[in-house]
Amino acid sequence: MGRVHPLEALDQIIRKSKKRLLQMHFEAGVGHIGGNLSCLDSLLVLYHRVLQKEDLFVLSKGHSAGALYVTLWSLGLLKDEDLKLFHKEHTKLSGHPAPGWMEEITFATGSLGHGFPLAAGLALGKKLKRESGRVFCLTSDGEWEEGSNWEALIFTVHQKLENLTLMVDWNGLQGFGSTQEVAGLGPLKEKFLSFGMPVEEIDGHDLKALEEAWGRKARGPRAIIAHTNKGRGVSFMENRMEWHYQPLTEAQYRQALQEVEAP
Amino acid sequence: MRNAFCDSLLKHASDPDFVFLTGDLGYNALEPLQKSAGERFLNAGIAEQNMVSVAAGLANRRLKPWVYSIAPFLYARPLEQIRNDVCLHDLPVKLVGNGGGYAYGVMGGSHHAIEDYGLLLSLQNMRVFVPAFAADVAPIVEKMLKLPHPAYLRLGRDEKPKDLEIPAYAPWRPILKGGGPTLLLIGPLAGPWLSVLKGQPESRRPSTWVLTELPLDGDGVSAEFKADLKRSGHLAVAEEHVAHGGVGEMLPRLLLQAGEAPKSFSHFHAKGYLSGYYGSQQFHRAECGLTPENFLKELGT
Repeated sequence: MGRVHPLEALDQIIRKSKKRLLQMHFEAGVGHIGGNLSCLDSLLVLYHRVLQKEDLFVLSKGHSAGALYVTLWSLGLLKDEDLKLFHKEHTKLSGHPAPGWMEEITFATGSLGHGFPLAAGLALGKKLKRESGRVFCLTSDGEWEEGSNWEALIFTVHQKLENLTLMVDWNGLQGFGSTQEVAGLGPLKEKFLSFGMPVEEIDGHDLKALEEAWGRKARGPRAIIAHTNKGRGVSFMENRMEWHYQPLTEAQYRQALQEVEAP
Repeated sequence: MRNAFCDSLLKHASDPDFVFLTGDLGYNALEPLQKSAGERFLNAGIAEQNMVSVAAGLANRRLKPWVYSIAPFLYARPLEQIRNDVCLHDLPVKLVGNGGGYAYGVMGGSHHAIEDYGLLLSLQNMRVFVPAFAADVAPIVEKMLKLPHPAYLRLGRDEKPKDLEIPAYAPWRPILKGGGPTLLLIGPLAGPWLSVLKGQPESRRPSTWVLTELPLDGDGVSAEFKADLKRSGHLAVAEEHVAHGGVGEMLPRLLLQAGEAPKSFSHFHAKGYLSGYYGSQQFHRAECGLTPENFLKELGT
């Protein structure tokens, strides 16, 4: 896996994947599309440009399962007929990733604050087994209200898990308000730094910045705060909380497709 | 039992896949293991949620993690991590809780483990081991090492009567012959119960068994135990665990399903903190009627 397409070709892959993601959510009549769109760019860059065979990825924000499924589809690891079963009866493509059916889905997630500690365990396991390869983890921003993440942050720094890279999808919105209104989450960068975790902040929709940030190797664990837009690429969804939940109507779906296709 | 546990694991500490995680506990007990396992012995700090998820990550990498703490800190605090990260993935993470039942006595309710196996056995793929005697720990650890599933070991304080010979380890063991009811004991309380019961006349005392492995699924009830129950017609279960989710609930259900229900059933179990006062393990057992004296009184034997 990884380095399948040059960065320039990713633009087309992103458009195609966004359309497919919208189609999946429209056909399934389900929400969570906003948070899927905020992290789709970073997942596509990670999988197409950075991730190697021996690397592992944990999607901690399990409610963005759609973005992960579409990313795996863009690599040919899931088929169209698989995606058609998204959120349907008798499916493996549940609303949050299910365990034990696909090697690429290392851990089933859905309850927040699990993925980063799990990734720490994978990274420690690789170190103890003297295995090569890196571990990548994507969390949401709101899930940094979970105490388990801070436990894992202390552990990761203390154990010097240099093979672990964390990205926070900072779209600024959570289930019932903005992350700032709900829990005054910021300044997250300073909080991370005070725990001894190096941080870089990037534009989470800048493909080159994403590639460099995901790809950078360091002597210790590191975090990337990716500033993103919830509902990225669809004007009526961008930075609007209701798209954490809302399914698309037919008219909204058509408009969203047009916007995503526009140059 | 903690030393027996440490000794049993020590033999396996040189296995390059063996990893031991402790939630900052084990002072004055686990040092030999720490020395032997080296970098594969980790004090994960007072952060049990992270510790359990880390163990799941290690198991995913085909390591063999053991996770240790005072029992409630291990099964109650990180219950969701056990449920989602370990059990839903059916990973062979081995959880070891010290202080089963009221073992921590006057340390207080925060340290007691009176609902551990009820909670854990409601999760997917979980197996539970409740040694009654220190000598049970070694064969149980060997079993747990071979088990490709999540498992929980409930450690307590060995109270085996010195002059009583216990048969070789088995999940179901008949310990005392008797002509009275069929009595099933779970965990170290077997010690004080057997101490008293062995002095009773054989014709009247209960036929006393010890059970150490859960759940009781499928044909999990020993045929010899069932035959004994058929003879006596009376079942009693004693366990340092609340009634809900305890063996006293599991076993009658299976017997009913199999059409082998006994004529009568009595359950001696933990009842929380009836008076609101705290004391030793014996104090709490007595308050719940979890004593052989109370058993003999209630059964009129």
